[in-house]
Amino acid sequence: MGVSIDRVFAKVALGAALFVLFILGALFIVLYKESSLSIQAFGVWKFITSQVWNPPLEKFGGAPAIFGTLVSTVIAIAIAVPVAIGIAIFLTEIAPHFLRTPVGVAIELLAAIPSIIYGMWGLFYFAPFMRDKVQPIIHATLGKLPVVGSFFSGYTPGIGLLTASVVLSIMILPFTAAIARDSFKMVPDILKESAYALGATKWDVMKDVVIPYAKLGVIGGIILSLGRALGETMAVTFVMGNQPVIPSSILEPATSITVTLANEFTEADTDLYLSSLFYLALILFVMSFFVIVVGKFFFLKKVER
Amino acid sequence: MDAFQKRKLVNGIVLVLSTLAAVFGIMWLFWILGTLIYKGFFALSIEVFIGDPPSPGDETGGLKHAIVGQLLIVLTATVIGIPLGVLAGTYLSEYGRNSKLANFIRDMSDVMMSVPSIVIGTFIYALLVKPVGHFMGFAGSLSLAIMMIPIVLRTTDDMLRMVPPELREAAYALGATKFKVIKDVVYRSAITGIVTGVILAVARIGGETAPLLFTSFNNNFFTLDMTQPMASLTVTMYDYAMSPYKYWQELAWAAAIILTVGVLGANILGRLIAHYGFKK
Repeated sequence: MGVSIDRVFAKVALGAALFVLFILGALFIVLYKESSLSIQAFGVWKFITSQVWNPPLEKFGGAPAIFGTLVSTVIAIAIAVPVAIGIAIFLTEIAPHFLRTPVGVAIELLAAIPSIIYGMWGLFYFAPFMRDKVQPIIHATLGKLPVVGSFFSGYTPGIGLLTASVVLSIMILPFTAAIARDSFKMVPDILKESAYALGATKWDVMKDVVIPYAKLGVIGGIILSLGRALGETMAVTFVMGNQPVIPSSILEPATSITVTLANEFTEADTDLYLSSLFYLALILFVMSFFVIVVGKFFFLKKVER
Repeated sequence: MDAFQKRKLVNGIVLVLSTLAAVFGIMWLFWILGTLIYKGFFALSIEVFIGDPPSPGDETGGLKHAIVGQLLIVLTATVIGIPLGVLAGTYLSEYGRNSKLANFIRDMSDVMMSVPSIVIGTFIYALLVKPVGHFMGFAGSLSLAIMMIPIVLRTTDDMLRMVPPELREAAYALGATKFKVIKDVVYRSAITGIVTGVILAVARIGGETAPLLFTSFNNNFFTLDMTQPMASLTVTMYDYAMSPYKYWQELAWAAAIILTVGVLGANILGRLIAHYGFKK
């Protein structure tokens, strides 16, 4: 009797573990199957490069959504990473000891706030702030530059690519800062102390000891944040504008894969429309899969060893 | 200026810059939290908790349907996700250990943890909602459960592996079977860690909106029927915030603060259990 419970439990546990593989495989297969109609109609390259997203005419191209996803992610990372590293330096090297734990815990708790809160705040407070205060300044300065000026001008209702990118960067900031801080903390004190003993300043220690030592962990963390930003939905859905075009200026409304899915999935009235949305979901899945695999296995695995 | 002064100057500049970065980052977060507390606090009332859903243009009504829906959806997700996650973690720690299969499952589970939540929503839509023909609360629970499994798996695996092998060996020496060792020795010594992991996983999925958008969808009526579309705090927040009605937008802020208090409360509870549980 005891033996049979033993065997059953072992089988059940193995089954549960294999279930993880099953789900991941099923995700890929189901998304591929659902998008096959659209893949047949538009192909791969044509779908990725076509800018036409016109449901009434049944013409679907993924370029605007893919463009929005990539550009908003890149801008968000460009803003979040320097600030996050600054926070990590502050927390590990500058802040007085009695501040480190509370500020550190506060940042971790902020990472737990639901992303929809960031989105709502973005819609009601940050978008009007961008429209009334920030964008006129950008128009008057960057917008006047030759050649690149057109990226910073145009019709600017407050919601748009830049606003969404900034909200996204705030959303991933606590996450990125926490990873950077943990990587910095892993540097053995003895290494830092030796450098201080040789007369190094705090910045010398950061630059020549801490950052080289923690580099892989920080890069891995940045890539994980990138994966998070790619798939983030609610923080950007409110403030992106859901315009299926590639905007000529980063101040203008745009769309992204997640924004398109959130807004249009329940409204898709034809098979080809729905299938094209699944196609976008598949592309997002594949993109984030690669980002995660690179970040986790190429960088963070080396840190563990 | 000699080299030493120059180094000191650069050092000073960098320290000021990183302090400013910290202030800059924390300022945003305070702005968001301040808004949430200010707007949410004034939107709260007894009516919010017990009132029926408002009609367009109404000035009364509450979130009872969404609060109950949220609890039901998350509870069902927990009931599905936790046994699977704990069992899978048990396999990795107690049976697989460092076998190739176990390591592969660990890696894939980490990958699954980072799959965009909206993609999981589309997956369940194709699997469950489309064949059945309508949205349902249970589908929402299922997509949240899929998000929970890798988190619970990871903490269970980590916590069980921290149990000293001597404890297991002692039990085996007394003639216990493997199942008995796991049930009475391993689980018992790792229970604090597992509970912490479970609570943190609930906190993590409790605030998710994207996977519910096309699974449980929304329902402007009170329902306990998991086979029907079901309102949740998050999706209701999304719909109300986007609506043109002032009162609905206020309800969205009320939902926001209820949700945040719930999610942060669970998070802090998990941390406290971990902190005090491990001290002993």
